[in-house]
Amino acid sequence: MIKTDILIIGAGPTGLFTVFEAGLLKLKCHLIDSLPMPGGQCAEIYPKKPIYDIPSHPEILAGDLIKNLEAQIAPFQPGYTLGEHAVSIEKTEEDQFVVTTDQGTQHQAPVVAIAGGLGTFEPRKPPLENLEFFETKGVNYIIKDPEYYRNKKIVIAGGGDSALDWTIFLEPIASSVTLVHRRNEFRGALDSVDKVQELKNAGRIHLITPAEVTALKGKDKLEGITITREGATEDLVCDAFIPLFGLTPKLGPIANWGLEIEKNAIKVDNSLDYQTNIPGIYAIGDVNTYPGKLKLILCGFHEATLMCQSAFKRIYPEKRNVLKYTTVSGVSGFDGSQKQAAKSTIKSID
Amino acid sequence: MDTDIQIYVTDREGKRHALLAPTDMQMNLMEVCKAYELPVEGTCGGMALCASCQCYITSSHILPERSEDENAMLAEAFHVRDTSRLGCQILMTKELEGLEVTLAPEA
Repeated sequence: MIKTDILIIGAGPTGLFTVFEAGLLKLKCHLIDSLPMPGGQCAEIYPKKPIYDIPSHPEILAGDLIKNLEAQIAPFQPGYTLGEHAVSIEKTEEDQFVVTTDQGTQHQAPVVAIAGGLGTFEPRKPPLENLEFFETKGVNYIIKDPEYYRNKKIVIAGGGDSALDWTIFLEPIASSVTLVHRRNEFRGALDSVDKVQELKNAGRIHLITPAEVTALKGKDKLEGITITREGATEDLVCDAFIPLFGLTPKLGPIANWGLEIEKNAIKVDNSLDYQTNIPGIYAIGDVNTYPGKLKLILCGFHEATLMCQSAFKRIYPEKRNVLKYTTVSGVSGFDGSQKQAAKSTIKSID
Repeated sequence: MDTDIQIYVTDREGKRHALLAPTDMQMNLMEVCKAYELPVEGTCGGMALCASCQCYITSSHILPERSEDENAMLAEAFHVRDTSRLGCQILMTKELEGLEVTLAPEA
Protein backbone atom coordinates (compact mmCIF):
# COMPACT_ATOMS: atom_id res chain seq x y z
CA MET A 1 0.00 0.00 0.00
CA ILE A 2 1.41 3.37 -1.08
CA LYS A 3 0.70 6.04 1.54
CA THR A 4 0.83 9.78 1.00
CA ASP A 5 -0.82 13.05 2.03
CA ILE A 6 -2.40 14.05 -1.27
CA LEU A 7 -3.07 11.42 -3.88
CA ILE A 8 -3.25 13.11 -7.27
CA ILE A 9 -5.05 11.37 -10.11
CA GLY A 10 -3.61 12.68 -13.35
CA ALA A 11 -0.04 13.84 -13.95
CA GLY A 12 -0.74 16.66 -16.40
CA PRO A 13 0.36 20.24 -15.74
CA THR A 14 -2.25 20.83 -13.03
CA GLY A 15 -1.47 17.58 -11.19
CA LEU A 16 2.27 18.26 -11.37
CA PHE A 17 1.97 21.81 -10.05
CA THR A 18 -0.14 20.53 -7.15
CA VAL A 19 2.99 18.75 -5.89
CA PHE A 20 4.77 22.10 -5.64
CA GLU A 21 2.02 23.93 -3.76
CA ALA A 22 1.53 20.92 -1.46
CA GLY A 23 5.27 20.74 -0.89
CA LEU A 24 5.40 24.33 0.34
CA LEU A 25 2.92 23.19 3.01
CA LYS A 26 5.07 20.12 3.79
CA LEU A 27 2.48 17.78 2.31
CA LYS A 28 3.73 14.78 0.31
CA CYS A 29 2.14 13.80 -2.99
CA HIS A 30 1.82 10.72 -5.16
CA LEU A 31 0.56 10.81 -8.76
CA ILE A 32 -1.30 8.15 -10.74
CA ASP A 33 -1.51 8.40 -14.52
CA SER A 34 -2.60 6.00 -17.23
CA LEU A 35 0.10 7.24 -19.60
CA PRO A 36 3.62 5.83 -19.21
CA MET A 37 5.04 9.36 -18.71
CA PRO A 38 3.99 12.54 -16.88
CA GLY A 39 2.50 15.42 -18.87
CA GLY A 40 -1.03 14.40 -19.80
CA GLN A 41 -2.34 16.02 -22.97
CA CYS A 42 0.78 18.21 -23.20
CA ALA A 43 2.90 15.07 -23.56
CA GLU A 44 0.50 12.82 -25.46
CA ILE A 45 -1.31 15.13 -27.88
CA TYR A 46 0.76 18.24 -28.46
CA PRO A 47 4.32 18.15 -27.00
CA LYS A 48 5.73 20.14 -29.94
CA LYS A 49 3.05 22.85 -29.96
CA PRO A 50 3.81 26.27 -28.51
CA ILE A 51 1.61 27.68 -25.73
CA TYR A 52 1.35 31.47 -25.51
CA ASP A 53 -0.78 32.07 -22.43
CA ILE A 54 1.37 30.78 -19.58
CA PRO A 55 2.13 33.88 -17.49
CA SER A 56 5.73 35.06 -17.96
CA HIS A 57 6.36 32.64 -20.83
CA PRO A 58 5.78 34.58 -24.06
CA GLU A 59 6.05 31.20 -25.76
CA ILE A 60 6.77 27.71 -24.46
CA LEU A 61 6.46 24.26 -26.03
CA ALA A 62 4.00 22.03 -24.19
CA GLY A 63 6.74 19.41 -23.77
CA ASP A 64 9.10 22.00 -22.25
CA LEU A 65 6.38 23.20 -19.87
CA ILE A 66 6.17 19.66 -18.52
CA LYS A 67 9.97 19.37 -18.24
CA ASN A 68 10.06 22.64 -16.28
CA LEU A 69 7.27 21.51 -13.96
CA GLU A 70 9.08 18.24 -13.29
CA ALA A 71 12.22 20.20 -12.38
CA GLN A 72 10.23 22.60 -10.20
CA ILE A 73 8.60 19.81 -8.17
CA ALA A 74 11.66 17.53 -7.98
CA PRO A 75 12.68 18.80 -4.48
CA PHE A 76 9.34 17.52 -3.19
CA GLN A 77 10.05 13.98 -4.39
CA PRO A 78 6.63 13.00 -5.71
CA GLY A 79 5.85 9.33 -6.12
CA TYR A 80 4.47 8.04 -9.41
CA THR A 81 2.24 5.15 -10.45
CA LEU A 82 2.45 5.43 -14.24
CA GLY A 83 0.83 3.33 -16.95
CA GLU A 84 -2.02 2.40 -14.61
CA HIS A 85 -5.40 4.00 -14.24
CA ALA A 86 -7.41 4.60 -11.09
CA VAL A 87 -10.41 2.31 -11.08
CA SER A 88 -12.02 2.37 -7.64
CA ILE A 89 -12.11 4.44 -4.48
CA GLU A 90 -13.11 3.41 -0.97
CA LYS A 91 -13.25 5.25 2.31
CA THR A 92 -11.74 3.67 5.42
CA GLU A 93 -12.99 4.08 8.97
CA GLU A 94 -10.04 6.39 9.67
CA ASP A 95 -11.36 8.87 7.10
CA GLN A 96 -8.76 7.87 4.54
CA PHE A 97 -9.32 7.09 0.88
CA VAL A 98 -7.99 3.95 -0.78
CA VAL A 99 -7.64 4.18 -4.54
CA THR A 100 -6.94 1.01 -6.54
CA THR A 101 -5.66 0.90 -10.13
CA ASP A 102 -6.53 -1.48 -12.95
CA GLN A 103 -3.36 -3.40 -12.08
CA GLY A 104 -4.27 -3.68 -8.42
CA THR A 105 -1.84 -1.09 -7.01
CA GLN A 106 -3.34 0.41 -3.86
CA HIS A 107 -2.83 3.95 -2.61
CA GLN A 108 -3.99 5.51 0.63
CA ALA A 109 -4.35 9.20 1.46
CA PRO A 110 -6.54 11.53 3.52
CA VAL A 111 -7.02 13.77 0.47
CA VAL A 112 -7.58 12.87 -3.17
CA ALA A 113 -7.12 15.48 -5.90
CA ILE A 114 -8.58 14.50 -9.24
CA ALA A 115 -6.62 16.34 -11.93
CA GLY A 116 -7.67 13.97 -14.66
CA GLY A 117 -8.06 16.42 -17.54
CA LEU A 118 -10.48 15.11 -20.11
CA GLY A 119 -10.08 11.60 -18.71
CA THR A 120 -8.01 8.48 -19.18
CA PHE A 121 -6.37 8.11 -22.56
CA GLU A 122 -7.73 5.10 -24.39
CA PRO A 123 -6.73 3.81 -27.83
CA ARG A 124 -8.88 4.98 -30.73
CA LYS A 125 -10.32 1.83 -32.26
CA PRO A 126 -11.06 1.52 -35.97
CA PRO A 127 -14.69 0.70 -36.77
CA LEU A 128 -14.13 -2.93 -37.85
CA GLU A 129 -16.62 -5.72 -37.44
CA ASN A 130 -15.55 -8.33 -34.82
CA LEU A 131 -12.75 -6.04 -33.61
CA GLU A 132 -13.62 -6.60 -29.98
CA PHE A 133 -13.82 -10.36 -30.46
CA PHE A 134 -10.22 -10.42 -31.64
CA GLU A 135 -8.89 -8.17 -28.86
CA THR A 136 -6.10 -10.11 -27.09
CA LYS A 137 -6.59 -12.83 -29.71
CA GLY A 138 -4.28 -11.13 -32.16
CA VAL A 139 -5.48 -7.54 -31.99
CA ASN A 140 -3.66 -5.21 -29.59
CA TYR A 141 -3.58 -1.42 -29.37
CA ILE A 142 -0.70 -1.17 -26.95
CA ILE A 143 2.54 -3.12 -27.19
CA LYS A 144 3.46 -4.26 -23.71
CA ASP A 145 5.88 -7.07 -24.50
CA PRO A 146 7.60 -6.87 -27.90
CA GLU A 147 8.79 -10.48 -27.45
CA TYR A 148 5.18 -11.58 -27.92
CA TYR A 149 5.62 -10.73 -31.60
CA ARG A 150 8.76 -12.83 -32.13
CA ASN A 151 8.53 -14.78 -35.40
CA LYS A 152 4.97 -13.62 -35.97
CA LYS A 153 3.48 -12.08 -39.06
CA ILE A 154 2.22 -8.69 -38.00
CA VAL A 155 0.26 -5.87 -39.59
CA ILE A 156 0.48 -2.32 -38.22
CA ALA A 157 -2.00 0.39 -39.27
CA GLY A 158 -1.53 4.14 -38.82
CA GLY A 159 0.50 7.06 -40.09
CA GLY A 160 1.96 8.75 -37.05
CA ASP A 161 5.03 8.34 -34.88
CA SER A 162 3.86 5.25 -33.01
CA ALA A 163 3.08 3.36 -36.24
CA LEU A 164 6.50 4.27 -37.64
CA ASP A 165 8.41 3.63 -34.40
CA TRP A 166 6.85 0.22 -33.80
CA THR A 167 7.40 -0.79 -37.43
CA ILE A 168 11.09 -0.03 -36.99
CA PHE A 169 11.28 -1.69 -33.57
CA LEU A 170 9.41 -4.88 -34.46
CA GLU A 171 11.02 -5.43 -37.88
CA PRO A 172 13.97 -7.48 -36.52
CA ILE A 173 11.73 -9.38 -34.08
CA ALA A 174 8.72 -10.37 -36.16
CA SER A 175 8.91 -12.74 -39.12
CA SER A 176 7.20 -10.10 -41.25
CA VAL A 177 5.94 -6.56 -40.74
CA THR A 178 3.36 -4.93 -42.99
CA LEU A 179 2.56 -1.24 -42.48
CA VAL A 180 -0.79 -0.05 -43.84
CA HIS A 181 -1.73 3.63 -44.07
CA ARG A 182 -4.48 5.50 -45.84
CA ARG A 183 -2.13 7.87 -47.62
CA ASN A 184 1.45 7.86 -48.87
CA GLU A 185 2.48 10.66 -46.54
CA PHE A 186 3.37 9.92 -42.93
CA ARG A 187 3.20 12.39 -40.08
CA GLY A 188 6.13 11.54 -37.90
CA ALA A 189 9.69 12.43 -37.00
CA LEU A 190 11.71 12.78 -40.20
CA ASP A 191 14.28 10.24 -38.97
CA SER A 192 11.58 7.61 -38.53
CA VAL A 193 10.06 8.29 -41.96
CA ASP A 194 13.52 7.93 -43.54
CA LYS A 195 14.22 4.74 -41.63
CA VAL A 196 10.93 3.17 -42.74
CA GLN A 197 11.74 4.20 -46.31
CA GLU A 198 15.12 2.41 -45.98
CA LEU A 199 13.47 -0.72 -44.58
CA LYS A 200 11.00 -0.72 -47.44
CA ASN A 201 13.74 -0.21 -50.06
CA ALA A 202 15.70 -3.09 -48.56
CA GLY A 203 12.63 -5.32 -48.79
CA ARG A 204 12.57 -5.84 -45.03
CA ILE A 205 9.03 -4.56 -44.49
CA HIS A 206 5.94 -4.37 -46.65
CA LEU A 207 4.43 -0.94 -47.04
CA ILE A 208 0.88 -0.80 -48.37
CA THR A 209 -0.45 2.71 -49.17
CA PRO A 210 -2.90 4.29 -49.77
CA ALA A 211 -4.87 1.51 -48.21
CA GLU A 212 -6.76 0.49 -45.12
CA VAL A 213 -7.59 -2.65 -43.20
CA THR A 214 -11.28 -3.28 -43.78
CA ALA A 215 -11.91 -6.73 -42.30
CA LEU A 216 -10.52 -9.16 -39.76
CA LYS A 217 -10.57 -12.92 -40.29
CA GLY A 218 -10.14 -15.97 -38.12
CA LYS A 219 -12.00 -18.60 -36.19
CA ASP A 220 -10.82 -18.57 -32.59
CA LYS A 221 -8.02 -16.08 -33.10
CA LEU A 222 -6.89 -13.65 -35.75
CA GLU A 223 -5.67 -15.47 -38.86
CA GLY A 224 -5.72 -12.75 -41.46
CA ILE A 225 -6.98 -9.38 -42.59
CA THR A 226 -8.48 -7.81 -45.67
CA ILE A 227 -6.84 -4.73 -47.09
CA THR A 228 -8.69 -2.35 -49.39
CA ARG A 229 -6.51 -0.34 -51.74
CA GLU A 230 -8.04 2.01 -54.27
CA GLY A 231 -11.26 0.01 -54.36
CA ALA A 232 -9.61 -3.42 -54.73
CA THR A 233 -9.40 -5.85 -51.84
CA GLU A 234 -6.71 -8.34 -51.01
CA ASP A 235 -6.42 -10.83 -48.16
CA LEU A 236 -3.30 -11.17 -46.11
CA VAL A 237 -2.41 -13.96 -43.68
CA CYS A 238 -1.19 -12.63 -40.31
CA ASP A 239 -0.97 -13.48 -36.61
CA ALA A 240 -1.32 -10.00 -35.19
CA PHE A 241 -2.91 -6.68 -36.07
CA ILE A 242 -1.84 -3.52 -34.26
CA PRO A 243 -3.99 -0.47 -35.06
CA LEU A 244 -2.16 2.68 -33.91
CA PHE A 245 -4.52 5.59 -34.41
CA GLY A 246 -3.66 7.58 -31.32
CA LEU A 247 -5.41 7.91 -28.01
CA THR A 248 -8.57 9.67 -26.97
CA PRO A 249 -9.57 10.67 -23.44
CA LYS A 250 -12.60 9.14 -21.72
CA LEU A 251 -13.74 10.04 -18.20
CA GLY A 252 -13.95 6.31 -17.42
CA PRO A 253 -14.49 4.75 -13.98
CA ILE A 254 -14.28 8.11 -12.13
CA ALA A 255 -17.77 8.79 -13.46
CA ASN A 256 -19.02 6.05 -11.11
CA TRP A 257 -17.39 7.27 -7.90
CA GLY A 258 -20.50 9.02 -6.61
CA LEU A 259 -19.25 12.44 -7.65
CA GLU A 260 -21.66 14.98 -9.07
CA ILE A 261 -21.04 15.07 -12.82
CA GLU A 262 -22.21 17.73 -15.22
CA LYS A 263 -21.43 17.63 -18.95
CA ASN A 264 -18.70 15.04 -18.50
CA ALA A 265 -16.95 17.09 -15.80
CA ILE A 266 -16.93 16.99 -11.98
CA LYS A 267 -18.87 19.71 -10.19
CA VAL A 268 -16.87 21.55 -7.53
CA ASP A 269 -17.31 24.42 -5.09
CA ASN A 270 -15.38 27.20 -6.80
CA SER A 271 -16.32 29.80 -4.21
CA LEU A 272 -14.06 28.04 -1.73
CA ASP A 273 -11.64 25.28 -2.54
CA TYR A 274 -12.63 23.14 -5.58
CA GLN A 275 -13.90 20.36 -3.34
CA THR A 276 -16.42 17.93 -4.83
CA ASN A 277 -19.64 16.75 -3.20
CA ILE A 278 -17.52 14.17 -1.33
CA PRO A 279 -15.49 15.93 1.40
CA GLY A 280 -11.79 15.20 0.96
CA ILE A 281 -12.04 14.65 -2.78
CA TYR A 282 -11.12 17.69 -4.85
CA ALA A 283 -11.24 18.14 -8.63
CA ILE A 284 -8.93 20.62 -10.33
CA GLY A 285 -7.99 21.56 -13.89
CA ASP A 286 -9.88 20.54 -17.02
CA VAL A 287 -11.74 17.75 -15.20
CA ASN A 288 -13.88 20.09 -13.08
CA THR A 289 -16.76 22.41 -13.82
CA TYR A 290 -18.30 25.44 -12.12
CA PRO A 291 -19.98 28.63 -13.30
CA GLY A 292 -17.52 30.50 -15.49
CA LYS A 293 -15.08 27.57 -15.77
CA LEU A 294 -12.31 27.97 -18.33
CA LYS A 295 -10.25 24.97 -19.38
CA LEU A 296 -6.87 26.65 -19.28
CA ILE A 297 -3.58 25.45 -17.81
CA LEU A 298 -3.17 28.72 -15.93
CA CYS A 299 -6.59 28.27 -14.29
CA GLY A 300 -5.57 24.74 -13.26
CA PHE A 301 -2.50 26.19 -11.49
CA HIS A 302 -4.69 28.60 -9.55
CA GLU A 303 -7.16 25.87 -8.61
CA ALA A 304 -4.33 23.61 -7.42
CA THR A 305 -2.98 26.38 -5.18
CA LEU A 306 -6.28 27.05 -3.43
CA MET A 307 -7.03 23.36 -3.17
CA CYS A 308 -3.76 22.66 -1.32
CA GLN A 309 -4.55 25.26 1.35
CA SER A 310 -7.89 23.55 1.96
CA ALA A 311 -6.28 20.10 1.96
CA PHE A 312 -3.82 21.29 4.63
CA LYS A 313 -6.70 22.39 6.89
CA ARG A 314 -8.37 19.05 6.35
CA ILE A 315 -5.26 17.07 7.22
CA TYR A 316 -4.18 19.32 10.12
CA PRO A 317 -7.38 20.94 11.41
CA GLU A 318 -5.65 22.15 14.61
CA LYS A 319 -2.54 23.62 12.99
CA ARG A 320 -2.41 27.38 12.41
CA ASN A 321 -0.95 28.31 9.07
CA VAL A 322 -0.40 31.45 7.03
CA LEU A 323 0.45 31.86 3.39
CA LYS A 324 4.19 32.10 2.87
CA TYR A 325 6.04 33.70 -0.01
CA THR A 326 8.80 31.74 -1.69
CA THR A 327 10.81 34.95 -2.07
CA VAL A 328 10.89 35.14 1.73
CA SER A 329 10.86 31.52 2.86
CA GLY A 330 12.58 29.89 -0.11
CA VAL A 331 11.90 26.28 -0.99
CA SER A 332 12.90 23.49 1.40
CA GLY A 333 12.82 20.20 -0.46
CA PHE A 334 12.01 16.87 1.14
CA ASP A 335 15.34 15.78 -0.33
CA GLY A 336 17.16 18.18 2.02
CA SER A 337 17.73 20.75 -0.72
CA GLN A 338 17.30 24.40 0.12
CA LYS A 339 16.62 27.27 -2.25
CA GLN A 340 16.83 30.71 -0.76
CA ALA A 341 17.14 34.26 -1.99
CA ALA A 342 20.71 35.55 -1.67
CA LYS A 343 21.28 37.78 1.33
CA SER A 344 21.64 41.43 0.44
CA THR A 345 25.16 42.81 0.45
CA ILE A 346 25.72 45.62 2.88
CA LYS A 347 28.88 47.60 2.60
CA SER A 348 29.79 51.01 3.91
CA ILE A 349 31.12 53.82 1.78
CA ASP A 350 33.99 55.61 3.47
CA MET B 1 -25.96 41.51 -36.45
CA ASP B 2 -24.71 41.95 -39.96
CA THR B 3 -21.46 40.23 -39.12
CA ASP B 4 -23.33 37.02 -38.25
CA ILE B 5 -24.07 34.24 -40.69
CA GLN B 6 -26.66 31.50 -40.48
CA ILE B 7 -25.34 27.95 -40.62
CA TYR B 8 -27.04 24.59 -40.14
CA VAL B 9 -25.62 21.65 -38.20
CA THR B 10 -27.26 18.23 -38.13
CA ASP B 11 -26.31 16.34 -34.97
CA ARG B 12 -25.70 12.59 -34.59
CA GLU B 13 -29.37 11.97 -33.83
CA GLY B 14 -30.37 13.61 -37.11
CA LYS B 15 -31.65 16.83 -35.54
CA ARG B 16 -30.93 19.98 -37.56
CA HIS B 17 -29.85 23.07 -35.63
CA ALA B 18 -29.87 26.60 -37.06
CA LEU B 19 -26.94 28.51 -35.59
CA LEU B 20 -25.93 32.15 -35.83
CA ALA B 21 -22.18 32.29 -36.23
CA PRO B 22 -20.17 35.50 -35.81
CA THR B 23 -17.65 36.16 -38.57
CA ASP B 24 -15.70 38.81 -36.68
CA MET B 25 -14.54 36.69 -33.74
CA GLN B 26 -12.04 34.38 -35.50
CA MET B 27 -14.31 31.49 -34.60
CA ASN B 28 -14.21 28.14 -36.33
CA LEU B 29 -17.02 25.67 -36.86
CA MET B 30 -15.96 23.48 -33.91
CA GLU B 31 -16.07 26.50 -31.59
CA VAL B 32 -19.47 27.62 -32.88
CA CYS B 33 -20.85 24.12 -32.20
CA LYS B 34 -19.40 24.21 -28.69
CA ALA B 35 -20.83 27.68 -28.08
CA TYR B 36 -24.26 26.22 -28.84
CA GLU B 37 -23.48 23.20 -26.62
CA LEU B 38 -23.71 20.71 -29.47
CA PRO B 39 -21.92 17.41 -28.72
CA VAL B 40 -18.58 18.32 -30.28
CA GLU B 41 -15.70 17.49 -27.98
CA GLY B 42 -12.85 19.48 -29.56
CA THR B 43 -10.41 17.50 -27.44
CA CYS B 44 -7.23 19.02 -28.85
CA GLY B 45 -8.64 22.53 -28.70
CA GLY B 46 -8.47 23.09 -32.45
CA MET B 47 -5.00 21.94 -33.49
CA ALA B 48 -6.22 19.37 -36.06
CA LEU B 49 -4.85 16.68 -33.77
CA CYS B 50 -7.88 14.66 -32.66
CA ALA B 51 -10.68 14.58 -35.27
CA SER B 52 -13.39 14.80 -32.61
CA CYS B 53 -14.91 17.68 -34.62
CA GLN B 54 -15.08 15.80 -37.91
CA CYS B 55 -18.15 16.69 -39.98
CA TYR B 56 -19.48 16.19 -43.49
CA ILE B 57 -20.19 19.22 -45.67
CA THR B 58 -23.62 18.71 -47.24
CA SER B 59 -24.11 22.07 -48.96
CA SER B 60 -22.33 23.13 -52.14
CA HIS B 61 -20.16 25.81 -50.54
CA ILE B 62 -16.60 25.97 -51.71
CA LEU B 63 -14.36 25.88 -48.67
CA PRO B 64 -10.69 26.74 -48.38
CA GLU B 65 -8.61 23.66 -49.15
CA ARG B 66 -7.54 21.27 -46.41
CA SER B 67 -4.15 22.00 -44.93
CA GLU B 68 -1.46 19.30 -44.68
CA ASP B 69 -2.24 18.92 -40.97
CA GLU B 70 -5.94 18.43 -41.64
CA ASN B 71 -5.24 15.88 -44.39
CA ALA B 72 -2.87 13.98 -42.11
CA MET B 73 -5.38 13.88 -39.25
CA LEU B 74 -8.24 12.80 -41.52
CA ALA B 75 -6.02 9.99 -42.83
CA GLU B 76 -6.01 8.59 -39.30
CA ALA B 77 -9.65 9.31 -38.46
CA PHE B 78 -12.57 6.94 -38.92
CA HIS B 79 -15.81 7.22 -40.93
CA VAL B 80 -14.01 9.57 -43.33
CA ARG B 81 -15.72 10.54 -46.59
CA ASP B 82 -14.75 12.81 -49.49
CA THR B 83 -16.84 15.54 -47.87
CA SER B 84 -15.15 15.20 -44.47
CA ARG B 85 -13.64 18.24 -42.82
CA LEU B 86 -12.38 19.03 -39.35
CA GLY B 87 -14.69 21.69 -37.94
CA CYS B 88 -11.79 23.35 -36.13
CA GLN B 89 -10.15 24.16 -39.47
CA ILE B 90 -13.17 25.95 -40.95
CA LEU B 91 -13.07 29.62 -40.10
CA MET B 92 -16.44 31.38 -40.08
CA THR B 93 -16.52 33.86 -42.98
CA LYS B 94 -19.29 35.66 -44.88
CA GLU B 95 -18.86 33.26 -47.81
CA LEU B 96 -20.16 30.45 -45.61
CA GLU B 97 -23.66 31.93 -45.21
CA GLY B 98 -26.10 29.01 -45.35
CA LEU B 99 -23.42 26.32 -44.77
CA GLU B 100 -24.88 22.88 -44.01
CA VAL B 101 -22.90 20.21 -42.17
CA THR B 102 -23.57 16.89 -40.43
CA LEU B 103 -21.52 15.74 -37.46
CA ALA B 104 -19.53 12.54 -38.12
CA PRO B 105 -19.95 9.64 -35.67
CA GLU B 106 -17.88 9.77 -32.49
CA ALA B 107 -14.71 7.72 -32.71
